[in-house]
Amino acid sequence: MILVVAAHTDGRVSRSTFGLITAARQIGRSGPVTALVLGSGVAGVATEIAPYVDQVLVADRQELAQYDPQVWAAAAAQIAREGEADTVLLTASRSGRECSGRIAVKLDAALLEDVVSVVDQQGALTAERYSCLARVTERIEALSPVVVVAVKPGIFAAAQPTGVEPGEQYDVEIALPAARFRVTGKVGYASDRIALADADVVVSGGRGVGDAAGFERLVVRLADQLGGAVGATRAVVDAGWRGYADQVGQTGKTVQPKVYIAVGISGAVQHLSGMNKSRLIVAINKDAEAPIFRVCDFGIVGDVESVVPAMIEQIAVARLRRAG
Amino acid sequence: MRILAIIRQVLDAEESVYVDHRAIDLKGRKLVMDTMDEYGVEEALRIRERGAEAEIVVVGIGPERLQEALRSALAMGADRAIHVETDEEVDPIAVSGVVAAIARKEEAQMIFCGGQQADWDSQVLGAAVAEHLDWPAVTWTRKLELQGTRLTGQRDAEDGVESFEVDLPAVVTTQQDLNEPRYPTLPNVMKAKRKEIRRETLESFGVGLKVRSHGVEAQSRERLREVIDGRDAAAAAAQLLTMLREKAGVPA
Ligand SMILES: Cc1cc2nc3c(=O)[nH]c(=O)nc-3n(C[C@H](O)[C@H](O)[C@H](O)COP(=O)(O)OP(=O)(O)OC[C@H]3O[C@@H](n4cnc5c(N)ncnc54)[C@H](O)[C@@H]3O)c2cc1C
Ligand SMILES: Nc1ncnc2c1ncn2[C@@H]1O[C@H](COP(=O)(O)O)[C@@H](O)[C@H]1O
Repeated sequence: MILVVAAHTDGRVSRSTFGLITAARQIGRSGPVTALVLGSGVAGVATEIAPYVDQVLVADRQELAQYDPQVWAAAAAQIAREGEADTVLLTASRSGRECSGRIAVKLDAALLEDVVSVVDQQGALTAERYSCLARVTERIEALSPVVVVAVKPGIFAAAQPTGVEPGEQYDVEIALPAARFRVTGKVGYASDRIALADADVVVSGGRGVGDAAGFERLVVRLADQLGGAVGATRAVVDAGWRGYADQVGQTGKTVQPKVYIAVGISGAVQHLSGMNKSRLIVAINKDAEAPIFRVCDFGIVGDVESVVPAMIEQIAVARLRRAG
Repeated sequence: MRILAIIRQVLDAEESVYVDHRAIDLKGRKLVMDTMDEYGVEEALRIRERGAEAEIVVVGIGPERLQEALRSALAMGADRAIHVETDEEVDPIAVSGVVAAIARKEEAQMIFCGGQQADWDSQVLGAAVAEHLDWPAVTWTRKLELQGTRLTGQRDAEDGVESFEVDLPAVVTTQQDLNEPRYPTLPNVMKAKRKEIRRETLESFGVGLKVRSHGVEAQSRERLREVIDGRDAAAAAAQLLTMLREKAGVPA
């Protein structure tokens, strides 16, 4: 069987999980595509995912209320072993990757991490992934029959319902280890803005916007005008102008929107590795020598304080004209 | 207590990447200790400087040239190094088995590891080592404090900053901004020359490879690189918006 570890937030299946199901069906291995739903109060999640898969395994347990990679890995590995799964798929989010490494160790399996393609070739899983700060594409092959695959989010299209009966649901018994990592507090970054990973347009700001107020006035407003998501460089996050959830790059999120607009960003390699797969890259920077201009499609050498307000104003005018 | 710091040697981030015969061409290129790992070495030193009694051992798996990176860590202040020598490309899960075996033998209580390696772009090494040892792992830390065997601090979770608490032994992964790694002073560079680097062979660990690489390909995406003068801000903005409408279908 092919085991898909379902990610969910606030009682809903995460978007990336539907991409995992697509990957599971395209791999070319036989056996039922099986969703594993771990959590507390997850009956709704199981029902939501059932139409997309062949069967659903549910472990609804109080101890799973909080996500802990060590506990989740133990649960997923036990189910994979008992169900004789030859392939275990997870989303390559940060937490998903952490968990995938642990499952691979538990199953003595190969891990194909953060892959953008994966296919069975005569029994061996081969995959492609980006490496070297996302500057090259590497082809890798799993050397064990059982393989754990962490699939890069946003690559595979969301699966459609199978069109037949929803997958049967089964409750499973698992032995959970005690959690040893304790979360004692959390400052969340709630936002009703479109998520970075889902946006067609991303407007990102760097230190060049001056300060937190400049970020709001230039980057956030331009993103509002374009219906886009907001991104930031590490320098901006370290300065406290934006939360870490907005960070794009090696230690932040990877995005690949249709358009990426870099506002006052120098273009350090660690930043580029999070956005260099964008379809179209636009840069606004006052320094003509900034490295960002070497990787952009369209660049403006100028002051963000004059160029960005001009853009915002012209978009507003065009919109009024269209409406009128 | 004994603290291990895992390090890798990677291409300096400032260097361009060239691909030759499906391999990254490293000839004549500047190779350095992975910055992500430097934060781990630095943090281990700071834990000791704040009063914990600790021996700090750096561990690396790689070819002969890895010695330079190990020496850099020793020059920062680590006590000794273990070099598992191999010319093979060993995948992170296989490496984690080797590191775990060393941790057991050395009776380590704490292991530092970079949050992501700049060569593999992997994020699993720390967690995989922890799994072998049945330890917890704290990933992506941005603040750490050790009192006795209790480790507290803050980490970047996907959707916010988490405060945490965990008891040693534990694996900790590090990242930019956790600290500012020190530059080795000249006396420390000299001292590092006399510190021990113990060599071991990969074979002696009996760890099999889990993943084989079939090589890399350059990402030869051509960018248009049309760069215009923005001194006339209104004209530049207009040109950009026209381009966004026509080339990207953005309703700007
Ligand atoms: C291990 C490691 C991991 C890292 N991970 C990340 C990561 O995930 N993401 C990330 O972003 N960075 C990361 N970094 C940091 C990265 O190296 C850079 O320091 C950072 O990206 C720089 O951010 P910036 O472009 O905002 O700032 P700067 O490099 O300071 O650039 C600011 C730019 O703004 C321009 N500017 C200034 N004023 C104006 C103006 N009025 N109008 C127009 N332009 C103006 C300047 O010309 C300059 O080019 C990492 C670093 C390390 C060592
Ligand atoms: N609340 C959660 N429920 C299920 N899985 C989660 C949760 N939080 C994180 N994960 C893990 O993170 C991966 C992707 O999560 P997400 O970021 O929601 O797409 C999953 O494969 C899970 O291993």
